[in-house]
Amino acid sequence: MAEIRAEMVANVWKIIAAEGDTVEEGDTIVILESMKMEIPVLAEDPGVVAQIKVAEGDVVQEGDLIALLDD
Amino acid sequence: MFESVLVANRGEIARRIIRTVRRMGLRAVAVYSEADADLPYVREADDAVLLGPADPRQSYLDAAKVLEAARASGAQAVHPGYGFLSERAGFARDVVAAGLTWIGPSPEAIERMGDKINARNLMEQAGVPVASGTRTPVTDAQQAVAAAAEIGYPVMVKTAGGGGGIGMGVARDEKGLVKAFEAAARAAARSGGDPAILLERYIERARHVEVQILGLADGRVVAVGERDCSVQRRHQKVVEESPSPGITEDLRERMLKAAVRAGEAVGYRGAGTVECLVDAEKQDFVFLEMNTRLQVEHPVTELVTGIDLVEAQLRIAAGEPVGPILEPRGHAVEFRVYAEDPKRFLPGPGKIDVWEEPAGEGVRVDSGYAAGNMVTPFYDPLLAKLCVYGETRAEALDRARRAIAGFTVTGPKNNLPFCAELLDRPEFAGGDYDTGLVSRMR
Repeated sequence: MAEIRAEMVANVWKIIAAEGDTVEEGDTIVILESMKMEIPVLAEDPGVVAQIKVAEGDVVQEGDLIALLDD
Repeated sequence: MFESVLVANRGEIARRIIRTVRRMGLRAVAVYSEADADLPYVREADDAVLLGPADPRQSYLDAAKVLEAARASGAQAVHPGYGFLSERAGFARDVVAAGLTWIGPSPEAIERMGDKINARNLMEQAGVPVASGTRTPVTDAQQAVAAAAEIGYPVMVKTAGGGGGIGMGVARDEKGLVKAFEAAARAAARSGGDPAILLERYIERARHVEVQILGLADGRVVAVGERDCSVQRRHQKVVEESPSPGITEDLRERMLKAAVRAGEAVGYRGAGTVECLVDAEKQDFVFLEMNTRLQVEHPVTELVTGIDLVEAQLRIAAGEPVGPILEPRGHAVEFRVYAEDPKRFLPGPGKIDVWEEPAGEGVRVDSGYAAGNMVTPFYDPLLAKLCVYGETRAEALDRARRAIAGFTVTGPKNNLPFCAELLDRPEFAGGDYDTGLVSRMR
């Protein structure tokens, strides 16, 4: 199980992947927004999205869990 | 002259406007969101009104709330600053309809110039050179691909209503174009503004040079010198200077004249900026867009001309003449201190532990924060503008080196190390640089 965490304080702008989706390395899981900038959060390895831990509009802190990927 | 001004903005620009409003003996009213309650500008205003939650759509972008704040505080005029509601013609109209003075150009001028597609068509008619591009809004990716085939790659994709580089992207092929188009569409949706998108021929190795204009109360339009804004990351300005080290006196004259024509074409009143792209080798330029508001980098012009542009805006809005407009002298440079890491330029909000600004001859700092403040992810990353002035460019850059070394910010990430690195870069130090400078450094 791979953990995808936020690199910085940000708002969750859009959830792109859904639980159960198969993703490739580099696919966008969610798009964060911080300081008017879009920050895509990418899958670092191929896998299946097990859980999305955030909702659109949430504020995440640096290090917060965003998603879990089954490899 | 009105007696009170509501400043419909936040951070450094609200603070800077409040400073002039109060110096002129007028009452300054601030507005703020829940996230900004502790910022210096809220304290420094004579009166402050809470707009709502941190989300800008529920605070600084909510026109009804801002108007209600003006009514409740008895403000007689509204200064929009930059960003937020500053280029919304509908808001300007509502301000006037509420019986208040709008500190800015007429809603009609904002409308005609605020839309980048309209503006480019209008400028072409006025005889100002423009880059080839789309003349009507591009509404889907397929249309974008067809238009790009006609214009020729590389193309620049922009939102017609966007500012500050948001949503802009360069595409070198069809695949890149579809991506850039989608990113621009998302950016337009995020800002809640105009969804129209345009394409323009992208000029490689260009300088970004803009002209400050003032439409005076008597109807004349004057140019107040240029600013070179070619140091950019992600199409957003990082450093600006005046005069531009990359244009000849002949080109400068031509650009200033074209900027005046641009202002005259829309009966412009107040402070505005005509942005151009300059091909430094050919010493030629094209019109890019006009910003119908005060610009972030306006201090650069203030330092070389001695004009207080905010005071000029207030006087023009009140129908008064502005003081003598002198020829620029000396050299000024502005460094935008952003809350971002200096390597990848990714946002780095956080709580400010130490905030120590430099001071001294030829140093001006316009800042929005102080020690103890929280830099939140809700707004743009601009912490402060470090501005320096010198009789020559070399003197200004020397002062910049000292000032950057004397600026301490801890807590949020900041790009001061990048600014120091830039000053050591021969390309920048020599003045012969273009908009690709930052990407060549990274």
